[in-house]
This record gives sequence, structure tokens and C-alpha cells, in this order.
Amino acid sequence: MNTSALYRRRRVVNVVNLGISMLAVLFGLFWLVWILWTLFALGFHALSLNMFIHTTPPPGSNGGLANAIFGSFLMSSLGTLIGTPIGILAGTYVAEYGRRGWLGPATRFINDILLSAPSIVIGLFVYAVYVANVNHFSGWAGTFALALLVIPVVLKTTENMLRLVPDTMREAAAALGAPQWVVVSSVTLRAARAGIITGVLLAVARISGETAPLLFTALNNQFWSMNMDAPMANLPVVIFQFAMSPYQDWQTLAWGGALLITLSVLTLNIVARVLFRQKSTLA
Amino acid sequence: MSAFDHTLEAPQGASLSRDMLCSVPEALLRRQHRYDLVFRNVTRMFAFLVLATLVAILFSLLIGSWPAIRAFGPGFLTSHEWNPVTEKFGALVPIYGTLVTSFIALLIGIPVSFGIAVFLTELSPPWLRRPVGTAIELLAAIPSIIYGMWGLFIFAPIFADYIQPWLISYFGPIWIIGPLFKGVPQGIGMLTAGLILAIMVIPFIASVMRDVFEVVPAMLKESAYAVGATTWEVVWNVVLPYTKIGVVGGILLGLGRALGETMAVTFVIGNAHRVGTSLFSPGNSIASALANEFTEAVGDLYASALIELGLILFLITFIVLALSKILLYQLAKGEGTLT
Repeated sequence: MNTSALYRRRRVVNVVNLGISMLAVLFGLFWLVWILWTLFALGFHALSLNMFIHTTPPPGSNGGLANAIFGSFLMSSLGTLIGTPIGILAGTYVAEYGRRGWLGPATRFINDILLSAPSIVIGLFVYAVYVANVNHFSGWAGTFALALLVIPVVLKTTENMLRLVPDTMREAAAALGAPQWVVVSSVTLRAARAGIITGVLLAVARISGETAPLLFTALNNQFWSMNMDAPMANLPVVIFQFAMSPYQDWQTLAWGGALLITLSVLTLNIVARVLFRQKSTLA
Repeated sequence: MSAFDHTLEAPQGASLSRDMLCSVPEALLRRQHRYDLVFRNVTRMFAFLVLATLVAILFSLLIGSWPAIRAFGPGFLTSHEWNPVTEKFGALVPIYGTLVTSFIALLIGIPVSFGIAVFLTELSPPWLRRPVGTAIELLAAIPSIIYGMWGLFIFAPIFADYIQPWLISYFGPIWIIGPLFKGVPQGIGMLTAGLILAIMVIPFIASVMRDVFEVVPAMLKESAYAVGATTWEVVWNVVLPYTKIGVVGGILLGLGRALGETMAVTFVIGNAHRVGTSLFSPGNSIASALANEFTEAVGDLYASALIELGLILFLITFIVLALSKILLYQLAKGEGTLT
């Protein structure tokens, strides 16, 4: 009798705990669905052609987010262009040359920390070394802050993808007489290309939603501006300012911008995943 | 790698075999050797640049906060005063807010992440694994400002109307923890910030847990099943003990994320410079104090005190993340020896 009671108790514990585990999954998915639903419900009617062709309005009049969208696009692209080569080259060193010695492991360790370091501290850093010295906020400062966020993501994926390339490929190339720089640049980096592109896409996704590092660097600009040396409008900071404002039309625009940002970020993420999956099924 | 070391380190010794091949001119080889050196040193320089970035961040924050460090000394950490008018600053309130909200986030986030990881590794049918895993990871992709807006405009009112009154009537009378659940249900405050942080750290903790659960050798689990263990017993008595270092590493990674999270917290924490016993009271975190006040900080000492807050935040997250990485590396190293 005693053993059957024990048996039953173990089975009950099992079912209850596994049930809780499934509830945990529902708990996680619940917030995702709720947040996306909110964004569509409140932001969809703000999405219109006006949003893309008019600049940010003063309170109480009509306008759009054109200057903010352009500013975000410009700073994210330049930030990616600056950060990507640095990330790829440093990642190449860590994976290809840094297997022995201290620099490789140390870079990997520090990079892992920078990857999760608070982005607002990066903003503070760029403020301290750049903005405080030139005495004005600028698009370049925002770009540098974003580039600093791109580097760890690209470095990490580059390193991981290069490690997946089998050593036999390196040896085969070397046996054909290729010097090491040719092996690395035209064999291993090429083999890891799809994975590295995934990393770049993920980095773009990450920086296009970042607000904190832009607060003290690019600041904001109410007008259309293409001057990288002046404060520059960008979607996240405009959303922050408009959402916190008491004006109804500003808040509507903020929700429209929020929907736009989230859709682009989620699309980039999903595209990156699909790309990488194709790559991993091929390999 | 050893093939390269040979050609790199002993080019003279290799000249005999080169003569035997006799088709490769000496100059070409020398040129390729030079390219090798250039390529290697360029990549090395950029790796070094990443290390230098960290040093530069620490150094610049230290310089920026020097006036505040000199003015307040170590008392900065224990003073709860924050008065821009009289220029008296102390970090206690934001540090307290940062730690409390992150603690709440972990309290909720750890069990949920564990459940998700168990589902993904042990329970889910294979076809469901990828969609569910991707959906959970998308939670991490949503920008933090979106969490903030949603938290302030959608979640906080519902929280104030339905959940807070329930918490007050249910937990309020309980000894010791009662005072934590007293006060006006405003919707915003430390508890709301902690809850939203919990949602934000779940994907990070869950994905590390899932990854480390997957390295448990199938043989160990099968042995446990063979002696009659239930799925839960396998998870709790085999998988978890085997991966505990990695699980702690994942939790610390989530903690590091929670400590530095800025925009979501800024929207919902209330931004009040005071320490309240109740979790419903508005507070402040280091990151949200920076986001709210830094561009408006007039006076060198004010800005400097904020930069010192940033330095404290960076040091705390650095230590937490470094610990997390050390634990995860240990697990990865142990993988080879234990299996």
C-alpha cells in the first residue's frame, strides 16, 4: 500500500510540475501577444503616408516622423558601417589567431561583457569623450555610440561562425600552398559568410531600437536636418519625448513610430534566423 | 594550426624543400609572408581595440566623476540625499531602486525561465520547439522603449485597478512582508518596474538554461528513466545538478541585463528620489536617473554625480557579467571531461 501511495505521489508531482512548466511558456507568450496587439491597436491608424513625408510637428498640428525616420536610418547605417568591419576583423583574430596567448581569450571575455553592458553607459562614454569636448550634441556622436553597440554583436557571431568551420578546410587550403591570410580571407571567412551576415542583421536590429545611448549623444531635432555635426532627430528619442507628452496627437504619432520600430526590428530578427537556418541545414 | 606555425616560424629551414619544388620564386614567398604579417597584425590591432574600449570607458567615467568623488567621498554610496539646488548628492536611492527592481525581476523570471527551458528541452514535440523558442527569443528583440510605453499606458492602469488592490488585501495583513504591499495603488512604482524587467530578462535566462540543458548527455537521462524516474525527477535530480553552474551563469546574465535596463524602467518606476518601504511606492534606478536628468543637469557637480552613478552601474554590471561568463566557461570546459 505504502509503495503505491508513493508511486501515486511521484506521478502527481510530475504532472503538476510539468503542467506548471507549460504554464510558464504560456506566461511568456502572453506578454509577447499582448504587447504586439497593443502596438497594432494603437499604432496602426497612425501609420499613413503622412508619417513618412512630414516632419515632427509642434503640439496641436499635423505632422509625421520623416526627420526622425531619416535620422535613425542614417545613424544606424553609418553605425553599422563603422562597427561591422571592426567586429569582423577582431572576431577573425580571436577565432583564427587567438587560440593561444592571452589576447584572444581576453578579447572574447571582455567582448562578452560589453555585449550585455548597459547601453546607457555607452552613451555616457561617448558623451564624456566626444560631446563634452566639442560642446554640442551631434549625429556623429549618436553614430559612434551605435557603432560601439554593433561591434560586440558582430565580433561574437564572427568568432562563433569561424569556429564552426572545420579545421580540415583550413588544412586543405594550406596544403594547396595558400598563405594563411588567403586561407582566412577566402576560405574560412567565406564559409562563415551567411552566419556573419546574420550577426550583422541582429546588430542592426539591436541598434535600431536603442534609445538610451542616443539621449546624450544625438539628442533630438525638431526639424529636417542632414547635418551630421548637429543634433539629429531619431525615432526612439522622438517616441520617448512624444509618449511622455500630454498632447494627444504627439502620443498617437509615438504609437505609430513604436509600431514601425517594432515591426522592422522583428522582421530583421526573423530574416536573420531564416538565413541562418538555411545555412545550418546546408552545412 | 601547426602547419601554419611551421611556415611562419621557420621560413629559412623550409628553403630546401622550396628548392626541391623549384617552381615558387623566393620573392613571391617573401611577399606572401609579409601579407600574412600585415593581416595578422591588423586583426590583432582591432582585437586590441575592443580591450582598449573597456579601459577607455572605465577611465573616462572615472575622470568625469572625479569632482563628485572628491566632494562626497565614499559617503556618496550611503547618502540618500539628492538635491540639485544645494548640490548635495548621494547614490543610495538609485542603487536601492536598481537592486530591488532587479531582485523582483529575478524572483519572477527564474522560475518562469526554468519552466520554459524544461518545456523546450524535455516536453515539447519537435515541431513545436522552433516556433516556441523563436517566439520567446523575440521577447528579447522588442526594443526596451516599447516595453516602457506599453508598461506605462496599458499595463500600469490595469495593474492599479485589478492586481494591486488584490495584493494589498491579500499580502498587506501578513507579518513582515505586509509593509511591502501597502500604499496607494498607482500602477507605477518599483513592483511594476520589476515585473516588466522580469518579462524582459526571461528570454535571456531561458535561452541559456535551454542551451545548457541540451548538453546533458542523453545516456545520463536515459539511465534515470531506465530505473523508473519520472520526467520531473530526471529534470530535478539529473539535468539540474549536472548543469547548475550554467544555470547560475544564465541567472547572472539576466541579472546583468536587468541592472542596466534603462528605458522600460524610466517609464514606469516613477522617478522619485526617496526610499519607500512599500514596493508600490515610486523610486528611481541608476539608469533611469541618468536618462531623466543627465541632459538637464546644470552645474559640474550635478553632472559629475550622475557620471559617478554611471560608473557605479558599470562596475556592478561588470562584476555580475564577469562572474556569469566565468561560470559558463567552466561548464563549457567541463563538458569535454564529463561526457
